[in-house]
Amino acid sequence: MSESSSTRTPTGDPGGRSSSATTPPEGPISEQPASPAAPEPSASEKPKKARPGDRIFQNLTTGAGIFVVALIGLIGLFLLIQAIPALRADNVNFLTNHGWSTNDPANMSFGILDLLEVTVATSLVALVIAMPVSLGIALFLTQYAPKKLARSFAYVIDLLAAVPSIIFGLWGILVFAPAIEPFSQWINDTFSWFPLLAPGNVAPSVRGTIFTAGIVLAVMILPIITSLSREVFERTPTPHLEGALALGATRWEVIRTTVLPFGKAGYIGASMLGLGRALGETIALAVILLIPQGRNFDWSLFDGGSTFASKIAANYSEFNNEISAGAYIAAGLVLFVLTFLVNFAARSVIGKKGD
Amino acid sequence: MSTSTLEAPATTPAFQQVSLARKFKNGLATTLVWLSFLIAVVPLVWVLYTVVANGIKRIPYTNWWSQDLGNYLSDEVGGGVLHAIIGSLLQGLVCAIIAVPIGMLVAIYLVEYGRGKLMKATTFMVDILSGVPSIVAALFIYALWITTFGLPRSGFAVSLALVLLMIPVVVRSSEEMLRIVPDDLREASYALGVPKWKTIVKIVLPTALSGIIGGIMMALARVMGETAPLLVLVGYSAYTNWDIFSGEQAALPLLMNNERVTNSMDPGSVGFDRIWGAALTLVLIIAIINLLATVFARLVAPKKK
Repeated sequence: MSESSSTRTPTGDPGGRSSSATTPPEGPISEQPASPAAPEPSASEKPKKARPGDRIFQNLTTGAGIFVVALIGLIGLFLLIQAIPALRADNVNFLTNHGWSTNDPANMSFGILDLLEVTVATSLVALVIAMPVSLGIALFLTQYAPKKLARSFAYVIDLLAAVPSIIFGLWGILVFAPAIEPFSQWINDTFSWFPLLAPGNVAPSVRGTIFTAGIVLAVMILPIITSLSREVFERTPTPHLEGALALGATRWEVIRTTVLPFGKAGYIGASMLGLGRALGETIALAVILLIPQGRNFDWSLFDGGSTFASKIAANYSEFNNEISAGAYIAAGLVLFVLTFLVNFAARSVIGKKGD
Repeated sequence: MSTSTLEAPATTPAFQQVSLARKFKNGLATTLVWLSFLIAVVPLVWVLYTVVANGIKRIPYTNWWSQDLGNYLSDEVGGGVLHAIIGSLLQGLVCAIIAVPIGMLVAIYLVEYGRGKLMKATTFMVDILSGVPSIVAALFIYALWITTFGLPRSGFAVSLALVLLMIPVVVRSSEEMLRIVPDDLREASYALGVPKWKTIVKIVLPTALSGIIGGIMMALARVMGETAPLLVLVGYSAYTNWDIFSGEQAALPLLMNNERVTNSMDPGSVGFDRIWGAALTLVLIIAIINLLATVFARLVAPKKK
């Protein structure tokens, strides 16, 4: 994003490129007025005729651009169309009900509140852990790491993003959760008076909990937050850095007074992108989180439960009639809107800084 | 820094020593920053170690690479994951065949033609698309392909969902590559009277091609690790299925999930070995694809100042 916005200015001109640089050669060749689809910035030197090949190619690429724009709308539209019959058949309030029972198409009662709470809780845990750590990594890669090694270190972090999420999930539940079990058990026992750390609804197990899932999720969103923050931090103007150094600032003071203020918006935007990713993470959470029997989420980190995505993924076998499938599609629609809003906000925060 | 090395100043040095509190804060920050990097390395090493240590048991046998699981019971040692490898590669390939042209056209539009509102909208929507969760993409294809068109679940439906996930990655990387093609090349071509489209196809694209291919393979590696679309859009089959348009078809992530749901996960059990063997196979395939991508990316070596 930041990369493209910084390079856009030189290439934006070459949009004028076709006017300033190409008009001389194209002038004598083209005779008729350009198609209205190509509004050249400088009207006086407008090439007179677009060649058929040009017109076809331009329409093709523009069509692809329109396709992508339309795609987002289509996703929302199709999900909505499929969700409406199920929502009509819903006997309880879709937004405020905790339960989820969609087995009988004639008697549907499902609400998303529990899914929403668990989704938000896991994502927030992940974000609380991942934000400071990725800030540290981004600073490390841009300010601390030896210049020669910085690129390899960055590659190591990017490797985390290449690991398929099902592997993170299996590692989380089969290896990581047992390994930290004594620790989680200790926290759970010692601080059980604190509501967030009260014994959960999947007790006595402390393995398949939001606590474990949040930590694994944090690892998964680290690379996203790190790579974007790094990009922004790298663009801190050198004069700022040198100015701070010349005033006798220590390395940390340089960072605090120049890098952080400069990169704040980018860092926040990056974190929100990470949040968007966390909200939609599917299989890792489906693998890790235990499903409590008959108890709702109660705002303890040692609860189990289902997020939007993990609920849908775990119940694909129920997609045998349209109404039941529609209920899950409705949940998917809410997730889509949620991630859309978060990504939208993130992009506007980053975009503002980029321009 | 250098002030402290001044020897025997005539007067009190204008620059005082860095105070203890500032030194402490600086040291603390340095420690924390290094620590956060190490914290990130721990899970990576741990995950990779887990995959390799547990997965290595089954991988070296030829059976693993040349058989499917069709004739083996869930607790029977033997068989392989050929069916899942074939499924993963086929679905990935079909996805790439659809997503790459679209993604590249969008990138060309953004770099060469785009201006005004449509370009802004396209850039924005590509960003949004890259944030669409894989399960939502899967549900969209389900709503479109299976409910609306009434077609059966199949590997092809999976490919379509993967296309949605692959397009934004292809667009982003191709766009970046196209932008670093020097304008001099384009202008030289225009000066010879070459039409714009031909300039793009014959000059701009070949210049950026290796880099674009690198980006495409990275994107491919990413979508091949996706699980959510597989769950919703295709059934698991233990037999090899070459037909992407009909029938159930396995893929490596799907096989792992299937074993997880239906089989014992106790260490040392057949299911446990299969799941980690499949995980290692998947990681190996992704690593090979990434390696090829790096090789291609090296080949491009855009002339930097």
